[in-house]
Amino acid sequence: MVAGAAAVSTLRIADDCLVLSHRLAQWSSWAPTLEDDIALTNIALDLLGQARAMYARTAELDGTGRSEDDYAFMRDERAFVNCLLVEQENGDFATTILRQLLCSTYQLAQWQALTTSTDGQVAAIAAKAVKETEYHRDHATDWTLRLGDGTDESHQRMESALAALWPFTAELFESDDVSRDAAGLGVGPDPEDLRAAWDAYITRVLDDATLVVPKVSWKPTGGRQGLHTEAFGYMLAEMQHLHRSFPGVTW
Amino acid sequence: MTMIDEIRRVAGAIPDPEMPALTIADLGILRDVRIDASGHVDIDITPTYSGCPALDTIREDVERRIREQGYADVSVRVVLSPAWTTEWMSEAGRVKLREYGIAPPRRQRFEVKALTVAIECPECGSPRTHELAHFGSTQCQAVRQCNACGETFPHFKEH
Repeated sequence: MVAGAAAVSTLRIADDCLVLSHRLAQWSSWAPTLEDDIALTNIALDLLGQARAMYARTAELDGTGRSEDDYAFMRDERAFVNCLLVEQENGDFATTILRQLLCSTYQLAQWQALTTSTDGQVAAIAAKAVKETEYHRDHATDWTLRLGDGTDESHQRMESALAALWPFTAELFESDDVSRDAAGLGVGPDPEDLRAAWDAYITRVLDDATLVVPKVSWKPTGGRQGLHTEAFGYMLAEMQHLHRSFPGVTW
Repeated sequence: MTMIDEIRRVAGAIPDPEMPALTIADLGILRDVRIDASGHVDIDITPTYSGCPALDTIREDVERRIREQGYADVSVRVVLSPAWTTEWMSEAGRVKLREYGIAPPRRQRFEVKALTVAIECPECGSPRTHELAHFGSTQCQAVRQCNACGETFPHFKEH
């Protein structure tokens, strides 16, 4: 058994939520329409709430008593264990929408599995998050269909987004000692087991959107071990700057 | 009136910070009130959405109001389970929402989503409305438009 496997597994989920939340928040005042500016930041707020709940649970499981802010603002890049997909730059609207489709479909399968977690607190967080994440996936699905099966320009942008992001999806389903131990304890699902549901949904939506999955052999990985892509450091520096420059600052 | 009833009435009457026309009892956010033998008051509240920014304010408001009632020893706890649902919104709450200009969530009886029941325009009452945007000015709202009078209005998302 890996020491603290349960805490690492909840931390991975919390980090996925926080990083994706921050990426979406970066759209604030930049989205193509007011409605989608509001949509992306609303989704960001749901994800932030999910992250906070999972950090709070992680602090109880790892026994450090750290605050939510400690996890978000006081750790360096190597201590973050989010997957690489959530940290990828926003790119154009098509890239963000496709990242949302890939991520929310994964997160929905994960939260659904977590509703039966042996950890009661995690199961309670998951029951709430399932409803929110279904709504996020609906939003991403609607836009994927409109853009993919839209104009030549929007279709082309979705194809480019697929080419850029698809390689990062392999990592989502990688199992390791931590995930196997957490699954053994009944705390969370083994990522491998989320693959079938994710594949079925994504294949159907991409097909309806007239999009073709690119053939890629490159499968970047490392996020769960704290090895991140270049874009992440810049994001983290911006996100943590205020908190670190003015310790204890409050609204 | 028992002490618990009184605390429930006072706490329940606190307005929601983002939709002040409704109280936290109307919304189903106030979940439970308990008093133990030593006079310690425990109050459970639940968020509508995971990241709801109003929750911290609600927690402070509840604690302050109950202290003002003379109960010195109060803890307000946030509970997540069972997960909040629009089914917990009171009938009075639904009426107030409509009067406030927000189409209330439909009931989801018999485990069937009420997709066949129309979402009515809170301005003119027409059942012919369509969704403009999945998300609105708060986490719990979407935006719709009335086909009859053309009015744009928020709809409390069914959840």
